[in-house]
Amino acid sequence: MIGRYVLRFAALGYIAALLATPVGYVFGKTFGHGFWPAWHGVATPDAVHALKLTLIIAAIAVPANTIFGVLAALAIVRHRFPGAGIFNAVVDLPLALSPVVVGLALLLLYGRGGWLGGHHVLFALPGMVLATMLVCLPFVVREVVPVLREIGTEQEQAAATLGASALQTFVRVTWPAIRWATAFGVVLGTARALGEFGAVSVVSGRLAEQTETLTLYVQDRYQAFDETGAYASAVVLALIAVTTLLLMTALKPKEETR
Amino acid sequence: MIEARGIVKRFGDFTALDSVSVEVEAGSLTALLGPSGSGKSTLLRVIAGLERPDAGQVCLERRDVTALAPQQRGVGFVFQHYAAFKHMTVWENVAFGLKIRRRPRAEVKHRVGELLELVQLARLGDRYPAQLSGGQRQRMGLARALAVDPKVLLLDEPFGALDARVRKELRAWLRRLHDETHTTTVIVTHDQEEAMEVADRVVVMNGGRIEQTAPPRELYDHPANEFVMSFVGPVNRLGDAFIRPHDIELLVEPNGATQEAMVQRLVHLGFEVRVELVRDDGEVLSAQLTREQVEALELQRGQIVYVRPMRQTVFAD
Repeated sequence: MIGRYVLRFAALGYIAALLATPVGYVFGKTFGHGFWPAWHGVATPDAVHALKLTLIIAAIAVPANTIFGVLAALAIVRHRFPGAGIFNAVVDLPLALSPVVVGLALLLLYGRGGWLGGHHVLFALPGMVLATMLVCLPFVVREVVPVLREIGTEQEQAAATLGASALQTFVRVTWPAIRWATAFGVVLGTARALGEFGAVSVVSGRLAEQTETLTLYVQDRYQAFDETGAYASAVVLALIAVTTLLLMTALKPKEETR
Repeated sequence: MIEARGIVKRFGDFTALDSVSVEVEAGSLTALLGPSGSGKSTLLRVIAGLERPDAGQVCLERRDVTALAPQQRGVGFVFQHYAAFKHMTVWENVAFGLKIRRRPRAEVKHRVGELLELVQLARLGDRYPAQLSGGQRQRMGLARALAVDPKVLLLDEPFGALDARVRKELRAWLRRLHDETHTTTVIVTHDQEEAMEVADRVVVMNGGRIEQTAPPRELYDHPANEFVMSFVGPVNRLGDAFIRPHDIELLVEPNGATQEAMVQRLVHLGFEVRVELVRDDGEVLSAQLTREQVEALELQRGQIVYVRPMRQTVFAD
């Protein structure tokens, strides 16, 4: 009985020390002088532009990764092709690799003298989208693969014997079974895309009001000693993360009782 | 009518079907019987188009369908583990094939209603598969397969995942259903009792080959070889001879050709009693007697009796 309380206290204390205190501190600092100073901190043209850019990047990278993720998961689970094992491992690579390395790789590839240099990819939207896509690559794949494995192929075979084409089978049988897993992967991927810093920082060139995302803006403000601006923007990022978390918890029960 | 000729199917080094030819008469109910790994399920899946054979030809109603996808073959397939569409209701599951075929809504409604009535699920149409028992799920699977009026109905161990009582009920029910609809049906099973009870003809398979094709009675009375003899029912071996337990007579006194044995155990199975015997050379036998016979002989554990085979089979070779 007491053991259980000790365990709970330890777990909650750990979370409080690691997470709640710093995040709470940021909130405190932001609204320390009231709501309006904070509001003005994030309503500057630079901040609004950064938020817009962040959303645009996510709006391109996440759908692209979703389509790729579902197709890749289908390829990994349903089709035996040479190199499938390597492919499966490579998809996970961005989870292990530091985003800075991803950024540097892009820099080398598209930069001056690189294989694909001179296409206005770097220091512009395309490069930032590419970096974000690479970093967020595994999320949908990782969520969908185990679900596909679990449902097996029998339902799809049954659909085939009943006359359904491959597309009809996907739309009516496979997709309904994996849609919650896909949604979960999309939410995780979106959170990662919005919060991405390292890779985007390398390829963006960090031009204010041009290639500055919200995370870069936070750092920029902090280094410019504009603490209110930095904290207020950080709070915007944190609020987005909290929304994502709420979405995830809303999705999860459906996932489990599927 | 189903004809499969010279079907070969390999999975890597393993030969699942070794040049198998089989004919199933139109309107009949045929069982593919064999132990696991005998190739019976693979043969069924080749007929359905779910597996592509390495060699051989499949004809359905005299039409060569070897190159056709399962969608174009017009077969109904029932899976051992139901393969129910989990996110659809029972009604939607059964309607699936008709909706794919874009049949008018009124027709779909009528036909699904009819089928649910047939499989006794009329009141459970809006349930999800997870809310059904195994037997109900498999009846739904059968209705779903029948909805598209298949030329042939293929069942892959359909009752294998069910408990013994439900299995027996569904078996009898399947036979009645077949007697009403006369759809050409092939059922795969490893249960000889199920095959004998439900089918007109039984194809016994072993190691990717066909051992014998015959009606159940003939299979039991005239098995083609040792494998069939021992697979379709319990059997004792006395030297080169094979004897069914019910073909053994027990005597209290020796009588010329009899052999001495000791009663090791009496197993009461209702009307029948299985007498387990051990000969003095250590060979174990089992005899099947009625209760009256056991009482008349006053059989006891440890008693010495004399065994006389009434009917025995010896295979050449």
